[in-house]
Amino acid sequence: MKFPLTREQHLELHYYMKLNRTLEEQLVRLFRQNKVVGGLYSSLGQEATSVGTAYALEPRDWIAPMIRNVGALLVKGYKPRDILTQYMARYTSPTLGKDGTSHFGDLKVRRVVSPISMLGDLIPVMTGVAMAGRYLGQKIVAMTWIGDGGTSTGVFHEGMNFAATQKAPFVCVIENNQWAYSTPVKRQVPLHDLAERARAYGIASYIVDGNDIVAVYETAKEAAERCRAGDGPVIIEAKTMRMRGHAQHDPAEYVPKEMFDYWKARDPLDQYEKFLTENKLWDSRTRAEIDARIDRELKEDLEFAEKSPFPPPELAEQGVYCEGCHKIEPDWHRPVEELLPPKSSIEALWQVEDFGGLEEAANAAKPAAVSGDGARPPANKEQRAKRKTKAAKAKAPVRSKARR
Amino acid sequence: MAEVTLLEAIRQALFEEMERDPSVVLLGEDVGVYGGAFKVTAGLLERFGWERVIDTPISESAIVGAAVGMGYLGMRPVVEMQFIDFIACCFNQVTNFAAKSHYRWGAPVPMVLRGPSGGGVHGGPFHSANPEMYFVHTPGLKVVYPATPSDAKGLLKSAIRDNNPVLFFEHKFLYRRIKEELPAGDYTVPLGKAIVRREGRDLTIVTYAAMMHTSLEAAELLAKEGIEAEVIDLRTLLPLDRETLLASVKKTNKVLVAHEDTRTGGIAGEIAELVCEGAFEDLDGPVLRVTALDTPVPFSPPLEERFLPNVERVADAARALAKY
Repeated sequence: MKFPLTREQHLELHYYMKLNRTLEEQLVRLFRQNKVVGGLYSSLGQEATSVGTAYALEPRDWIAPMIRNVGALLVKGYKPRDILTQYMARYTSPTLGKDGTSHFGDLKVRRVVSPISMLGDLIPVMTGVAMAGRYLGQKIVAMTWIGDGGTSTGVFHEGMNFAATQKAPFVCVIENNQWAYSTPVKRQVPLHDLAERARAYGIASYIVDGNDIVAVYETAKEAAERCRAGDGPVIIEAKTMRMRGHAQHDPAEYVPKEMFDYWKARDPLDQYEKFLTENKLWDSRTRAEIDARIDRELKEDLEFAEKSPFPPPELAEQGVYCEGCHKIEPDWHRPVEELLPPKSSIEALWQVEDFGGLEEAANAAKPAAVSGDGARPPANKEQRAKRKTKAAKAKAPVRSKARR
Repeated sequence: MAEVTLLEAIRQALFEEMERDPSVVLLGEDVGVYGGAFKVTAGLLERFGWERVIDTPISESAIVGAAVGMGYLGMRPVVEMQFIDFIACCFNQVTNFAAKSHYRWGAPVPMVLRGPSGGGVHGGPFHSANPEMYFVHTPGLKVVYPATPSDAKGLLKSAIRDNNPVLFFEHKFLYRRIKEELPAGDYTVPLGKAIVRREGRDLTIVTYAAMMHTSLEAAELLAKEGIEAEVIDLRTLLPLDRETLLASVKKTNKVLVAHEDTRTGGIAGEIAELVCEGAFEDLDGPVLRVTALDTPVPFSPPLEERFLPNVERVADAARALAKY
């Protein structure tokens, strides 16, 4: 095992996954009681992917969750009350009621970028986060998630391509949950493995069992390390299943019953609990303690949410612009002199090594050797050769061997 | 000091802001080695290097998206649209991601999106647009459209230092056609403030960008006929400077709006309504407008000439208004 987990970490993974599950089941009850404002988008059945990938990151890393990544938000330190108040449109929610669902974030402490409803737009935004982190010398990784359907957008392609040309430290987790609303993945993408898309960008990719939290964690950890080492972006395809409709109003009658049965037998939480028992990582007492903790926290937070007021109407008029309410200053981890003349000054010329002819294309997996990639100044011949070997290694999709 | 073009004034603003603040970076298609399609960014890569002047793929959504992400880490990216018409390709990033960010979750987006705009250079339907009103209708954005070199420099500096997404339109007909001596030193021009370019008592012409020069020319013609037109250059279209506008209306009692943008949904309609709300009792005549036609920008010179408003049309409308 390349990235061994301690017993405490195993139990923490379980805590997050169980909290994710229990919280969302609570939200379903609230929805039925008409206490949820608007739609409820469930990640039930996909908890291992959200929790396992986010858990592989460092606190300084950035994430941008999509609608089904409640688990990632919990790992980043958000509490059930944040999600409950968002769904219940209360003044105490992270957005004060201005937006709902998982549409919130925090630039300062948790380093979470809020999604928008349109799919794919987070790919270039998180590419920019990754580029800025590198520019400021912060050594961070940026991660976001996208569904199988989301990979059909133009902006997914633009973003991945840009990330690849920039070698941005960016991990894109494709959660292949088999359904884009009511449309099966085969009608979205004519590929069996969405990780294949990585080949179009010349970047590394992994395929992982999205319901196996340890495998997910190890794959994400390796991907993040790869990014941190400067190897460029990585795609992880996590194969999982959306066990509910697109949203709570959708009974998902278009999904064959046998398909639900297949995935029910591979439930991520059941599997992990079995694993913890078999490996004697917990006993019935520890298990009961985790359950009690979750019940207590959820009860407290639900009470908090239900007692919370709706926002005052006049709030609607406030906050369109930042008028000095936020101080914008980058957190430099490198000497700024490097970025100012005379140190920043260069000879602005492309160094083209490959004239693009047919006979040169035959010259094996040779990546486009145009230097001055915006990330680094033109390198000398030796450095370029080294980069090429690295890039060639990154080409083929890797089926993750990470198994427990 | 020597006179400089609008284009050179913009370049100077970029140059000086990049010198002043290492968190300012440029992104765009061909902005680096080539120096930009119009050479606005010429020389910046040489001076500031690969990390700060980034030649991007032809991916407007990715460019703007990445700039938004950079802004979240406290950087101040300046994005160039090769032609402002291409902003349609990244409409979602601008209107849904950048514009709503601060309102929704308190995350400011200190980004400038600038690009060559406007007609009169036979660019045809895809290289001549004035798409400012899509964005004036988008809360959370600021929209700037300067008419003079000194304003362009001072406004761009303010835009870069602003904490909000600012769209900065550069009229390409003006790029090399007008020259002006710039104020010395590090100066800024505030966003959201219009300016009275010419004082007059008989009517007010509200305008911006290239039409500001057309309107000034018309005002000179009118002066020979005894009609004294006041000319207001809006400079910033969002947020709009109501005070300067209403003060002038209260003085002249007549308003003509002249813009190069198309007619329906152009800012003239908004200004007419503002005047109705704020100075109806002061009006001695209808609010008139001189605008481009409600068509795409046509290519062939006689067609484009028909499409664009000009000095005669502004003067004619002013004469009609003066009769009230």
